[in-house]
Amino acid sequence: MVAYIARRVLATIPVMLVVAFFVFSLLYLAPGDPAAVIAGDQATAADVERIRASLGLDRPFLIRFGEWLWRVLQGDLGVSIFTNLPVSHMIAQRIEPTTALMLLTITLAILIAVPMGVLAAWKAGSWVDRAVMAFAVFGFSVPVFVTGYLLAYIFALELEWLPVQGYTPLAQGFWPFLENLILPALALGSIYIALIARITRAAMLEVLAQDYIRTARAKGLGTGGILFLHALKNAAVPISTVIGLGIALLIGGAVVTESVFAIPGLGRLTVDAILRRDYPVIQGVVLLFSFVYVLVNLAIDLLYTVFDPRIRY
Amino acid sequence: MHRRALITALAAAGVALAAPAVHAQGAAARTLRFVPHAGLSSIDPIWGTQDVVRNAAALVWDMLYGVDSQFRPQPQMAEGHLVSDDGLVWTIRLREGLMFHDGERVRGADVVASLERWMVRDPMGQMILALRQELSAPDDRTIRLVLARPFPRLLFALGKQAAPCAFVMPERLARTDPFMPITEAVGSGPMRFRTDLWEPGRRAVFERFAVYVPRPEPPDWLAGGKRIAAEAVEWRAMPGDEAAAALQAGEVDWVEAVPPDRAPLLRRQRGFSVEIADPMGAIGALRFNHLHPPFGDVRVRRAVAMAADQQDYMRAVVGADDVLWRRNASFFTPETPLFSEDGGEVLSGPRDLDGARRLIAEAGQQGADVVLLAATDPAPVRAMTEVSEALFRSLGFRVAAEPMSWGELARRRAVKDPPGSGGWNAFHTFHAGADCASPAACTAIRANGPDAWFGWPENAAIEAEVAAWFAAETLAEERAAVARLNRASMAFMTWVPTGLFLSYQAWRRSVAGVTAGPMPFFWGVQKS
Repeated sequence: MVAYIARRVLATIPVMLVVAFFVFSLLYLAPGDPAAVIAGDQATAADVERIRASLGLDRPFLIRFGEWLWRVLQGDLGVSIFTNLPVSHMIAQRIEPTTALMLLTITLAILIAVPMGVLAAWKAGSWVDRAVMAFAVFGFSVPVFVTGYLLAYIFALELEWLPVQGYTPLAQGFWPFLENLILPALALGSIYIALIARITRAAMLEVLAQDYIRTARAKGLGTGGILFLHALKNAAVPISTVIGLGIALLIGGAVVTESVFAIPGLGRLTVDAILRRDYPVIQGVVLLFSFVYVLVNLAIDLLYTVFDPRIRY
Repeated sequence: MHRRALITALAAAGVALAAPAVHAQGAAARTLRFVPHAGLSSIDPIWGTQDVVRNAAALVWDMLYGVDSQFRPQPQMAEGHLVSDDGLVWTIRLREGLMFHDGERVRGADVVASLERWMVRDPMGQMILALRQELSAPDDRTIRLVLARPFPRLLFALGKQAAPCAFVMPERLARTDPFMPITEAVGSGPMRFRTDLWEPGRRAVFERFAVYVPRPEPPDWLAGGKRIAAEAVEWRAMPGDEAAAALQAGEVDWVEAVPPDRAPLLRRQRGFSVEIADPMGAIGALRFNHLHPPFGDVRVRRAVAMAADQQDYMRAVVGADDVLWRRNASFFTPETPLFSEDGGEVLSGPRDLDGARRLIAEAGQQGADVVLLAATDPAPVRAMTEVSEALFRSLGFRVAAEPMSWGELARRRAVKDPPGSGGWNAFHTFHAGADCASPAACTAIRANGPDAWFGWPENAAIEAEVAAWFAAETLAEERAAVARLNRASMAFMTWVPTGLFLSYQAWRRSVAGVTAGPMPFFWGVQKS
């Protein structure tokens, strides 16, 4: 197991290198010019050119990539073109809201979606099953920003139960922290809940048809025990796979959700950086997201061994 | 040297020195929560010239002079000035008690270094730079500028609101390459920038600078006493719809830019004020490339102007709210001192699509290819571009509208190659109305060929009138020069003004003292 983990961790290095090269190339080829944005509308072409030169944007691709990669390997993500602040500092400023949002979303999604999926499988074909599936289709079909605006309108503007926007750090109190995140987490989680509920239902249906479930029932085991102790554990592998894959969905959704609810997280940092062509920030954030994604998938792979002892690495 | 004494506001400055520093008074000492039109991502107003940076910088840094709402430069950091009879030697005296936020006194050397950095980046500054023979600080409170030729617009240049403004920084910061950003935000303005609380693009906090001594005059734009009532001003950037919702929910106090469709909703509710943010608004512009056909021919440019209906453009920009736009047969801003519509009949008269087609045919450009750079952001540009695309088609052009981000357009518009080889024929933009109050900051009006703004128009008559305005010494002379300039520009149709559009700002009734202007002015704003 330890050797496997070491191999997987080592394997992340070439993956990250490929990601780094891909991101850098994409930004190099993408149209747009941060120097023109900095210089402003009234600037002359010569001014723009001087700013471009001062930023080093006029140098060849390979030299720029090499320098950037060397710094990244030393743990230095560079300096933002616009703010002149270290990218790592800007990421550190924004990481708490995004992490909090994603963790709350995942927690809410699992707590809501897994029981829903189990219930739908248990009551397969009934109105409960249909209601759960209808909810899943709805949740999967409605864009995050529509859900977000609807939730904000109902619960913040009309009922005034929760704030419309913003983020309060955990250090300033648990409830202020939580009340800012409930609506964004529900909005972001709607797709995720739908996805997990559907997969849970499908996996549970397959497991519930197995002989050992019938045996358990014949032995007089209660429904709860059968569903949650025996069936769910055996259905957990595909469910955990989807939860892991869904992290990418969450990252994409966080960008939109943070904009809708004005949460100062990494999603908004990314959007702002893309609009301004702040290359070091975009590269830093995308690298971070990729790294998190790789780690999450490694964790999921390791979880398989917990759910299914037959799996060995 | 025989001098013409023009010391201004000297006695008043004495009163200012005697005045107590502004103290927090009861509830007004709270933090004012403000939503700017964009996030603050840079704090160097010389390096980055975006309006949001200029607006933040106006809190942190002060200027020698500041324009008032009539565009008259008034002393701000300056106590007054002397100018020699031949207009070549300017001596500016700093008022007493000016301190930087780091506790250092403001010295003449700081001003000299700041002006040297500013002159490299600002169009008017570059004109001064070309005339400069000496810029020095004979002592800590004196600045001496010797010019090769008189430059009557000097004080206006030093006090204008158009970015980049001539902000005064400590010498150690002002010595930074103007093409590189400064590393600290230390000014002598009425508020200190809290770098430690800055979340670029999202949040910026300004704290009242207790040692700041405001001028005794009432505030008027960048002139007069900059008295800050709030203990702190917090900027929270968010999209317009969220900002309006946050205002409704009491989470912010003042929103600089309210989406037009949100304004009626806020108006219906008690507790909010919704007003025009800036009565000078912005002038929409259809910019031509003069280097290539079909718009290299003045007949084609005028044909487009004959057919273009400003109502179409403006309704596309602001929607059905007719309060938010007006026709403008001028390159200059209505209701400003120099405004003129001379020669603007081509825009104000009845629209003549058939006449326009005949003119295009006469120029031999019927069915010509047109590459229209179609920025998908910002929204006003996108809206105007869609109208122009339809207009060009109706005029018989074969239009290739190329969608792109504004960032890409900013790069592409600098390409002088033919449209078929990566160049372009036309694009839309808009100019701040306050900048178009005179030819000073409206570089788009210039027609100096290769040195002109994108599109590179060349016309000697226009340039002669621009020069005449710069040389004018009286308001009557200025007005006459601008009237002639507008006529010449309309005849040449450098670009097509597509109308003047405005926007709303909104604030909670608990906030008082918000004024309309080309930027948010925080002095005099109180929160109860």
